[in-house]
Amino acid sequence: MNKLNRKETPAIKDPIHYSFQLKPYTHYLLANGIPVYSIHAGSQEVLQIELVYSAGNCFEKKKGLAAATNFLLKNGTSTLNAFQLNEAFEYYGAYCNRSCYNETAMITLHTLSKHVVKMLPLLKVMLSDSLFLPEELEIYKQNSKQRLKVNKQKADFVATRLIDSYIYGSEHPYGVYTEPEDLDAITVEDCRQFYNDHYLKGHCKIFVCGNLPDNMSLMLNEVFGKLQNVISPLALPDMQATPAQEKKYRIENDPKAVQGAIRIASPFPNRHHPDFQKVIVLNTLFGGFFGSRLMSNIREIKGYTYGIYSYLQNHLQQSAWVISTEAGKKVCEATINEVYLEMKALRENTIEEEELLLVRNYMLGNILGELDGPFHLMAKWKNILLNNLDENYFYDSVETIKTVTATELQTLAVKYMQPELFYELVVY
Amino acid sequence: MIQFEAFTLANGLRVWVHEDKSTPMAVLNVLYDVGAKDENPEKTGFAHLFEHLMFGGSKNIPVYDEPLQNAGGENNAFTTNDLTNYYCQLPAENIETAFWLESDRMLSLAFSKKRLEVQRKVVCEEFKEHYINKPYGDVWHTLRTLAYKQHPYRWMTIGASLKHVEDATLEDVKAFFFKHYTPCNAIVVVAGNIDTEQIKALAEKWFGPIPAGEKYIRNLPKEPEQTAKRFQEVKANVPLDALYKCWHISSRMDQRYYTADLISDILSGGGSSRLFQSLVKEKQLFSNIDCYHLGSTDAGLLTIEGKLVKGTGMKEAEAAVMEEINKLLQEGVTESELEKVKNKTESAMAFEDMSVMNRAASIAMYALLGDADLINTELSKYQAVTVEQIREETKRIFREENCSTLHYLSNQP
Repeated sequence: MNKLNRKETPAIKDPIHYSFQLKPYTHYLLANGIPVYSIHAGSQEVLQIELVYSAGNCFEKKKGLAAATNFLLKNGTSTLNAFQLNEAFEYYGAYCNRSCYNETAMITLHTLSKHVVKMLPLLKVMLSDSLFLPEELEIYKQNSKQRLKVNKQKADFVATRLIDSYIYGSEHPYGVYTEPEDLDAITVEDCRQFYNDHYLKGHCKIFVCGNLPDNMSLMLNEVFGKLQNVISPLALPDMQATPAQEKKYRIENDPKAVQGAIRIASPFPNRHHPDFQKVIVLNTLFGGFFGSRLMSNIREIKGYTYGIYSYLQNHLQQSAWVISTEAGKKVCEATINEVYLEMKALRENTIEEEELLLVRNYMLGNILGELDGPFHLMAKWKNILLNNLDENYFYDSVETIKTVTATELQTLAVKYMQPELFYELVVY
Repeated sequence: MIQFEAFTLANGLRVWVHEDKSTPMAVLNVLYDVGAKDENPEKTGFAHLFEHLMFGGSKNIPVYDEPLQNAGGENNAFTTNDLTNYYCQLPAENIETAFWLESDRMLSLAFSKKRLEVQRKVVCEEFKEHYINKPYGDVWHTLRTLAYKQHPYRWMTIGASLKHVEDATLEDVKAFFFKHYTPCNAIVVVAGNIDTEQIKALAEKWFGPIPAGEKYIRNLPKEPEQTAKRFQEVKANVPLDALYKCWHISSRMDQRYYTADLISDILSGGGSSRLFQSLVKEKQLFSNIDCYHLGSTDAGLLTIEGKLVKGTGMKEAEAAVMEEINKLLQEGVTESELEKVKNKTESAMAFEDMSVMNRAASIAMYALLGDADLINTELSKYQAVTVEQIREETKRIFREENCSTLHYLSNQP
């Protein structure tokens, strides 16, 4: 046997030479026109059902209404009160979660496949017969206000809310945030109206994946196929951003703070913009993974922070490029300065091929992992479909990662990584 | 049924292999049998600080992350009071890169002074971010000190104080490495789209030549049985009063552990659980309330924590919690309630086992406990728990003298 040479890297197959295949979903319509996207795969006897409604906060007339309505879906129907509803899911080890975003709101069910037949009728009553009882709304308000109180003492929570309000304006669905008095103003009538417009008669898409029973489509049709949902998606309201004039903010939230929450952010177009996918590569190199320039410099050389990341927000209409970290109070300004220096370096110097290859390989290895298993695969598809894109978006993104050049990335850095385009905030 | 094969190298390194041909990925998981409980009480936070140093280059490889990222891989690590676990996931055909990296840092670290200086700062920022600059961030520091008097679970993984982390020296680092980071103190699990025979050859090639090192014999002080109730009151800059109550429970490998785990699920963990229904929904004394334990290897704590609705008195809130506990003690649980929490356990395990990374980590944890096959058999241990055992165990746990209580009070208007 040859002597082991530990200095030499074992041979690898560069992920840039992999070919990727986005396994397709099955698509069908229920009797009432609700579209279903389905992936049957997986070794565990589990499945996931997501019902996606056009019921995000962009449709609300009062702040916090979309989230309150979504939350209260599980708090009582004419046949099952909140406790009984919870008990019915939990007895079979199933999890039913609600979540509310900007354009959409969701109900997600995770269950052992063998119990799905008992779970579907529960989803149906939530989505066709919820009551929105005054006492349930009051408890929700009280507990939400308490949670808000705790969160407002956290610098990172405050910073996340404020930076979005600067970029989009505090009346924009992406920039709006809820205060206690907004919660107080919500009434059961508001919830019932929103429920009527956006769930009972709203637009719904269903995503199912995992180990599905053979008669899944029949079951879904039986349960959801007679609901009165509309066929075409609801038109989105006009969502014009009104970015703040002032770009730099320093805010004291807690006089005893030992760290500051830093956000540096600039408006950015959505996924349909031709620069988007290339900028995803540039962002990864800049601050998108553990080996990024920001992390290597500001954490691994300077030790200013436990972690620093940059990312493009996953919004449908419009995005923002955000740099986010918590740093020691005394080194916040130095951290910000280093972020701008890293931008400058990308504007002024072409990225070395070796570094770019590493980023390509890392990103593609990651995509391989993201396609693994039915839940991951469906998450990928769902993001594509909800963004009104198709599988070409996926193949283009792979191609972009493989082929984007250092010169193109430098051009993009010059275009977008200009400090004067960025809002800058520290919350102490 | 999760299949795996195990073998041991001549140097004592134990290896488990779990094949899953449905994924394009592979995972190499290296667990070291050392955690915060193995630290010197005067130098706490060290196991975790050390985890950071493991990414600062090893004897023959100047940087750890880059070659892995180049192979399309990703990695991370975590430290608990019981163990330190490192894992990397990468495309299966590049698995040898992971062997190369992990074996070199098991052979020897680079011990760079600069690395130590920077990571001390990074860990101090981590300490601040999670435990100082957050409301309620120091609760577990206080609770551990209150509930444990002898056992090293009395300090947090991050360390008892920032000072301990700041004072760490390169000599400490070296001593810790050669004491704990040896083949005979490690467990390796390889999982994913791999062949067992190929893994045997790779393990022999890369880990085989590493000197065995000395087996670390753990000799920790046992926590004496608590004989009187304990109480502490803290006033802090938080917006809401909070109540914490901890009771000692049995160790991880005791059959009674499963009973205690199910009791925690009966009390909380869902919209139909007892504490939530009674105290958040009906009486509206708490805005949230949870009952949990940390699954520690040695005897752990069952904890109830909740934030009080503004305006509620601590006395009233605590009495209401105790009323629920007393109800449990006197009336026990129904068969159907027990069935519910068993079903929940079955479901949670099935979802957890979906990803190959979780399976690899679980096999390593169970192997550390002494039986990797628990990944397949543990559910039956839960299913064996009876209503009668729940009744006995609640009596054993919820004794006044077994309890530590913390009133964490708001000093804000």
